[in-house]
Amino acid sequence: MTDQVLPQVTDLPSTVAALKERFPNAVKDDTRSGYQGVIVDPAHLTEFARVIRDEFGFNYLSSVTAVDYLGHGDHLEVVYHAYRVPSGGKPLVFKAQTDRNDAVVPSLVSIYPGADFQEREAYDLYGIHFVGHPNLKRILLWEGFEGYPMRKDYHEAYYEQETKPFDSRWPGGHVFRAEEYNPFGHNVRYPAGFTLDDYKPVAEEQLQQGMALGVDIMGDPAFRTDRLIVNLGPHHPSTHGVFRMMVALTGETIESLEPVMGYLHRNHEKIGERNTWYGNMPFTDRLDYICSMANNLAYAITVEQMMGNQVSVPYRAEVIRVLMAELTRITNHLWAIGFLLNDLGAFFTPALYAIQTREYILDFFEATAGSRMMCNYMRIGGVAKDLMARIRSEAALINDKVRDMDTMEYLDKLINDRLPRSIDELDELLSESEIIKSRCIGVGLLPAEMAIAYSASGPLLRASGVPYDIRRADPYSIYPELEFDICTRPNGDIYDRYYLRLDEMRQSVRILKQILPRLKDTQGQPIFGGKTSYSIKVPAGEAYGHAENPKGELGFYCVSTGGGNPWRYHVRAPSFINLTPLGEMCKGQKVADVVAILGSIDIVLGETDR
Amino acid sequence: MTNGEINLRDLQHPDIPVPEEMQSNIAVTSLSSLYNWARSRSIWPMLFGLACCAIEMIATAASRFDLARFGMEVMRASPRQADLMIVSGTVTKKMIVPIVRLYNQMPEPKYVLAMGACASGGGPFKEGYNVVSGIDKYVPVDVYVPGCPPTPQALLYGLIALQKKIERQSLGVGASVPWYGGGPSEEVPVPILGPDIVDPRHAELLRKEAQKNRVTPTVAEMLAESAQPESA
Repeated sequence: MTDQVLPQVTDLPSTVAALKERFPNAVKDDTRSGYQGVIVDPAHLTEFARVIRDEFGFNYLSSVTAVDYLGHGDHLEVVYHAYRVPSGGKPLVFKAQTDRNDAVVPSLVSIYPGADFQEREAYDLYGIHFVGHPNLKRILLWEGFEGYPMRKDYHEAYYEQETKPFDSRWPGGHVFRAEEYNPFGHNVRYPAGFTLDDYKPVAEEQLQQGMALGVDIMGDPAFRTDRLIVNLGPHHPSTHGVFRMMVALTGETIESLEPVMGYLHRNHEKIGERNTWYGNMPFTDRLDYICSMANNLAYAITVEQMMGNQVSVPYRAEVIRVLMAELTRITNHLWAIGFLLNDLGAFFTPALYAIQTREYILDFFEATAGSRMMCNYMRIGGVAKDLMARIRSEAALINDKVRDMDTMEYLDKLINDRLPRSIDELDELLSESEIIKSRCIGVGLLPAEMAIAYSASGPLLRASGVPYDIRRADPYSIYPELEFDICTRPNGDIYDRYYLRLDEMRQSVRILKQILPRLKDTQGQPIFGGKTSYSIKVPAGEAYGHAENPKGELGFYCVSTGGGNPWRYHVRAPSFINLTPLGEMCKGQKVADVVAILGSIDIVLGETDR
Repeated sequence: MTNGEINLRDLQHPDIPVPEEMQSNIAVTSLSSLYNWARSRSIWPMLFGLACCAIEMIATAASRFDLARFGMEVMRASPRQADLMIVSGTVTKKMIVPIVRLYNQMPEPKYVLAMGACASGGGPFKEGYNVVSGIDKYVPVDVYVPGCPPTPQALLYGLIALQKKIERQSLGVGASVPWYGGGPSEEVPVPILGPDIVDPRHAELLRKEAQKNRVTPTVAEMLAESAQPESA
C-alpha cells in the first residue's frame, strides 16, 4: 500500500542475511532444532521492527505471543510473525527473550498498532511488561487477579498433573469430582491468608481509569452537553455474545470506546497445553463455534507442518477439507449478514432467512461428522470419515419430513441451486434497501493503511481495499488449483463489509462447483494418511500455521518439545485482533452505529476470549 | 396446541365428571392448574447468550424448530421482563458476576435452565482457571439439558420438561415453590472479583482457611494429602 520502492530482497534467507548485516550484534539466527527466524536483542527490538517495516516491507504484524521456556532455558520469549501485505509469502519470525523474574520487552505498538491487544494478552497471561505500551492492563482476566496463568509454574485450582491423560484416569481408571478436592467446593484458589474482611476489589476502578470517569461527567457548562459513560454489555443483545464496550459519549457522539473482553475466556490455551495433540481438535471447534470445520482445518495444517513427512494428506481428504471449509464460509457469512440486519434494527426476520439456509448446510455436517456445530471432523493427516452415501435424518421433527437422499445429489442441489438462490435473495432484498444504504454507507470507516497497521484480517481487511487472502498469499490445501477471485471493496465502511461477504459467498459457491467433480472422481480413495495410533508425538520445534477463516486469519502457533503434548499452543484469533481498530473506527460516530460497526467486523466471542 | 386451539381436556380435573359432549366447551379445574397451565405456555426467556450453546438456542428460536409453538418466542433483553434464564454456554468467573446480578433482577416466579455441559458442570473447560464449574454453584437450576451443544430438539425437550415442572407447582398453602410463600425471597449474593472469584457466602470459610496461612491447595495436592492416611 506504500509507494516507496522496496529493496530487491524478496526471499526470506536473503532478508535475514541483510538484517544480520544491518544489526551485527543484535540479531542472530534461531539455531534450535526445528525453529526458524531470528532472535533479536530486546534493546534493539523497536529499531529492528521499524527497519523491517519501512525498509523490508513487512508491514503487517500478524501474531504476537509469548512462550514460557521453564526448564528449557528458563526464559520467556515473545514471538512475532510479520508478513508483507498484500504481496504475501512466508512470515519473518523474530523473537525477543527476557528473564522470567523480570520480564521486560519494549512495546511495538508505536510501530505496529495491531500489537496492542496481543501485547496486553501476553502481559495478562505471562506477566511480561511491554515498556511504552499506552494502555498496559489485563485484558482477558480482571485487575486484581492473582498470578499469570499461562506460565508453566502456575497451577489452577483443579490442577491434577502437567499433561493428559492423567494417571488417575488412565491407566488408573479412577474418576472423581474435582470439587470434592477443593476446600471451597469451587474452582477457586486464593493466596495465603486471604479474607473478605478488608478486601477492596479494584477491577472496575482500573477499567474506568482510562476513560477519565468521575472527572468531568457534566462537561463544560458552556457546551451544555452531558458527558456520559455508557456500558454496552456484557449482557446486551447487540454484542454477539458476552462482549462489553465502555463508551464515553458527548450527546450521542462517541468520544472514546474501550472494549472489555474476557467474559468468555475459558482458558483454551492452558487446557490445550495439557491436552494431547489429537485431544485439541474438538477444542478448536469451540473457538469460532460457527465455523468449526474451518478451525479444524487450520489446526490440522499446523500440526501437519510440524510432523513433516510423517504424514501426508491424501487428495480426497484435501478435497473434502476444502468442501467443508467453503461451506463453513457460507454459513458464517449468512449468519453475519442476517445478524448485521439485527444490529440495524430489523430484528430477527432477516436472520430467519439466513438461518434457514444455514440449516441445509448443517444437515450435511450432521450427516457427515455427526454433529451440527461441533464437527470435530478433521484429523492430522486427513479427515475422520468419508462422506456418507446417503443423508438420513432419523430424528424426525413434526414439521420436517424424514430425509433419505443420496449425498452427492444433495450436495449438487445445494451448491448449484439452493445456495446461489439464497445469496441472490439476500442481495435482492438487502443491497438496494434505502435504510441499509443510509445506515451503512460511510459509517465505520477503516482506511487501507489503518487496516494493515492494525493487523486486521479477513473481510474487514479486504473491504478496505487490500487484496490479501491467505488462500492465495500463502496457499494451503488444494487452493492453488482452484479458480476463484479475491474479492475486495474500495471504501472500508459497513456497507462494503456487508457486500464483500455476499461476493465471497459467491466465490465460495464457485469453488464448491469445482469441488463437486473432484469429489466424484476421487470416490473410494483413501481419506487419511496420518498415524492411526491413539496418540502422536510431534518432533521438537515450532510452527505457525494459518488459514483464511471466514472471519479472518486464524493462526496456530505451536511449540513441541518432542512429546505427546504441545509445549505451547497459541491461537491467533481473527475475532480478537480485528477488534483492535474498533475504538478508532467508532470515534466520532453515533452511539447507534457502534452496534452496527461491531456487527460488521463479525466477531465470535469464543474466539475473541478463547 | 397449534393454531391457537385450546385443548380443554388437558385441564379437566379427573375426579369431576363433565359429560363427554360438553368437554370441548367446559372444563372444571383447580385454580392452580389453570394458572400454571397459562403460565407454562407463555414463558418468556431472557435474550441471553453466553457461548456456543447460544447459537443453538437461536436456531431453536428460528423458523425450523420454532420456539413459538410453545409460546416462548418472546425473548426479552431485559431481565425485568423475563421468566426464564437459559444459561447457554460456559460460565466464566468474570461473567458470573453479571449473571447473578441478572438473576436477581428477574421478577418471580423465575426459572433457570442450564443448557449444555458447561452450564451444567463446567463441561470440557471445567479445569480452566477462569471457569465456573456449573451455574448451579451460584443460582438454583430447574432443568439441565445435556449436550455439547444440545441440539435444538434437546433444548425443546428441556423446555417441555420445564413446562411440566411448572404445571406441578401449587398455589396452595405449603407451597412447593418459594414465591407463593410469605414475602420476597432472598437475593443471591453477587460474587466479587478478587484474587480469584469470591462467593460472599464463603466469608466464614475464607476466615477459617486464612488461619492455615497457605495458598489454597490444588486437586493434586489434596489428592497427595488424602492418599497418605489411606495407605497408613
